[in-house]
Amino acid sequence: MQPLFLQGPSVTLRTILLVIASVVIMVADHRWHALETVRGAIESYVVYPLRYTINLPSRLVEWGDESLSSHELLLSKNRKLEEQQLRAQVSLQKLSVLEKENDRLRKMLSAQPKVGEMVLVAEILAIDLDPYKQQVVLNKGHNKNLYIGQPIIDAWGVMGQVVHLGLFSSTALLISDPSHAIPVQVSRSGLRSTAFGTGSSQLMELRYIPHNADIEVGDVINTSGLGGRFPPNYPVGRIISIERPAGESFATVLAEPVAHLARSREVLLVWHKQPVNDVGTPPTPSTKDGAKEE
Amino acid sequence: MASQNCFRVVVPTLIVALMLAMWPLPSWLEYARPEWVVLVMIYWALAMPEQIGVTVAWVVGLFLDVSQGAILGQHAVGLVVVVFVINSQYQRIRVFSLAQQALVVMLLLLVKQVLVLWVSGMVGTAPHIGWYFLPALTGAIVWPWLFIVLRDLRRRFTVSRSF
Repeated sequence: MQPLFLQGPSVTLRTILLVIASVVIMVADHRWHALETVRGAIESYVVYPLRYTINLPSRLVEWGDESLSSHELLLSKNRKLEEQQLRAQVSLQKLSVLEKENDRLRKMLSAQPKVGEMVLVAEILAIDLDPYKQQVVLNKGHNKNLYIGQPIIDAWGVMGQVVHLGLFSSTALLISDPSHAIPVQVSRSGLRSTAFGTGSSQLMELRYIPHNADIEVGDVINTSGLGGRFPPNYPVGRIISIERPAGESFATVLAEPVAHLARSREVLLVWHKQPVNDVGTPPTPSTKDGAKEE
Repeated sequence: MASQNCFRVVVPTLIVALMLAMWPLPSWLEYARPEWVVLVMIYWALAMPEQIGVTVAWVVGLFLDVSQGAILGQHAVGLVVVVFVINSQYQRIRVFSLAQQALVVMLLLLVKQVLVLWVSGMVGTAPHIGWYFLPALTGAIVWPWLFIVLRDLRRRFTVSRSF
């Protein structure tokens, strides 16, 4: 026989306590990032096995695809890749000469040398997160010494940064998320700005650009390296529209990310050891890398 | 009705619900994805309010937060409120017809979504409203089927004799 009145004051009390606890941990998580270890533990021991299972079918399909593809197809693919490799080698030769020249010039200016960057390939898992956020799950985590704030790029440009870390997986925020901002520089004119995500994977917004700034449609924007989170001189996007509304103090500048945010399967994780500051550039607090919009 | 017996069926259903919440869908369908975890929690809170209370809901909510990449506590607070309402009204909701229950479920899903939206708005990343409340509607549509499936599961495993 069930008791007639289950809900005593204790349920109400427990609910109130749990709601208060939720508010406290939301503040701790959002403001101070104090609960990354708790999140990491849940991600590693509860969520990761589920994600692994969900990703299994698509991995099986991929595996089947690879093992069933014909000999000729593989041969032609191999030929194409070899050709690409040859071309890449040729351009690398040119690059190494340029790099040496750059090093020599930097030494003449007694500027800091460019720090070498280490990279690791990671795969994006076939997992859906909140559709209103631009996030992806990667198959590498704490086990490969990833860190929070680590930049990720694909073959075309900057994609985003790692925000949560599990043991075997990690969550990355893409540059197109509305809460993400990345300091950029227009490669043609050297103009600095900050590119904010809009929630659409094809659109970013450059804010605080005055009307008379030297910027044109088609300009390429690169990371500026300010703030030290993203390495400098990686392509971020291309300017697609500039409006200069008469009543506003800043122009409305829209850019399109060059990275294939919605299509890439494989990404590169970059270990970017120390920021390369231009000589005499004071760190500007307003362009803090990856700063969450408050 | 031993509690270890009841968790033998509750835990697997919750695991399946968590997996369905992360299952890759085509992007046009993604916005209509029912909130499986909330629906399953609503069912178990209705079926056995003594075991599945607000504390269980909170823990499950934290798992949902991590799996969705949300702020810790965002979905948890919504689930706690939903299960609290069920906990105080389950005797009334149990005697409703399936269609009436679906309406109640839709209301509860709306409450949860408003709470989640509210938190998103406070941290400055509120999504455009557009189709935001569509999952409440799809949740109400799938409720009768989910109810029948879970009821049969519960009866097969004879978790609880009532309801």
